[in-house]
Amino acid sequence: MTDSLITAFPDAEVGADWPLYEVFVRGKRGLNHVHVGSLHAADEEMALRRARDVYTRRNEGVSIWVVRSSDIVASSPAEKDPFFAPNGDKVYRHPSFYRIPDNVPNM
Amino acid sequence: MTRSGGPAEEFQTIIADGLRVEPRDWMPEGYRKTLIRQIAQHAHSEIIGMQPEGNWLTRAPSLRRKAILMAKVQDEAGHGLYLYSAAETLGADRADLTAKLVGGRQKYSSIFNYPTLTYADVGVIGWLVDGAAICNQVPLCRSSYGPYARAMIRVCKEESFHQRQGYELLATMMSGTDAQRAMVQDAVDRWWWPTLMMFGPPDADSPNTEQSMAWGIKRHTNDELRQRFVDMIVPQAEVLGVTLPDPQLRWNDERGAHDFGTPDWAEFADVVNGHGPCNAERIAKRKRAHDNGAWVRAAAAAFAAKAASSDGQSR
Repeated sequence: MTDSLITAFPDAEVGADWPLYEVFVRGKRGLNHVHVGSLHAADEEMALRRARDVYTRRNEGVSIWVVRSSDIVASSPAEKDPFFAPNGDKVYRHPSFYRIPDNVPNM
Repeated sequence: MTRSGGPAEEFQTIIADGLRVEPRDWMPEGYRKTLIRQIAQHAHSEIIGMQPEGNWLTRAPSLRRKAILMAKVQDEAGHGLYLYSAAETLGADRADLTAKLVGGRQKYSSIFNYPTLTYADVGVIGWLVDGAAICNQVPLCRSSYGPYARAMIRVCKEESFHQRQGYELLATMMSGTDAQRAMVQDAVDRWWWPTLMMFGPPDADSPNTEQSMAWGIKRHTNDELRQRFVDMIVPQAEVLGVTLPDPQLRWNDERGAHDFGTPDWAEFADVVNGHGPCNAERIAKRKRAHDNGAWVRAAAAAFAAKAASSDGQSR
């Protein structure tokens, strides 16, 4: 049985083709899920179980998301990415742009 | 805010400003290679590090000690996985890292090539070896590479439990019989010098340190960390009631630090080069565990394939 399994799935010898999953954990109710790391697994459900074992051994989470790394679409890492440029010159979107007399209360 | 210049200049600015380098940033090839080597070596150490203590799992003196030791060994596995995950963000391949470890092409900490002869060794590993690891790792939480620094923060949080359980175990034995106290002292005698070697060769013989510090990968030199460790351990040893096996160990008022003897660097080189007491055994066991897991990996892949093809059906 063992040998036939390995013959049928030769790549499983090293698990090299198991996809990489990114893991996100919600620490407690009221908080966002936060990226904590990644792991390899044969499918989503196994990824979820492994994420529990690897990333929440001490009640670090009440909810876990796993998503295939290859399914994440990301912007370029560069800080001066033109992608973010449209917001660069819109200082009027910040409250500090507006001058209010000192004697106006509660603003 | 606007910066001119190419990616190399941007990298330098990130390092100079004490910011973190993130996975998809441009980085010098040497920076990437050094990090992969260091993180892989660190990950391998956690994985091989399960063996010396795992050796005592079936012979723990009580259910309480067994549960504690089991949790600790599981943590070491977890630490290895956090670190492999960090190495992968640099383009390293997980299966390739494992192949390099079992093929002897990547190293792990020389400390794990020493045998655990009694249960007191479990306590001494927690107190001294994990204590040394903490000295090494706390500054790495500020390492310039983001994923490595974040992995180290998780590791350090858990490492504190490791050190405390070890110290408590030893304190319990020290309040026991003469034979138990002798067992603790014997374990301290055997582990003290190998533990000091964990910080690596003296600064003068550590050619990579300068570049690693310039890149913010390392934050302190080997000798600085070794000194910090000795100063931390001496008062703990006094409370425990054990003697550290170094006749040259004494407080130096002028330096405000302890003077101490020199580890046997020839022994260190020997162990690093594969001639320690347990090198062959550790690698053979790791390889055997990996090989024995082949059918589990195959079954998982088969299950995943079957589940995918019968999606929607109950299983």
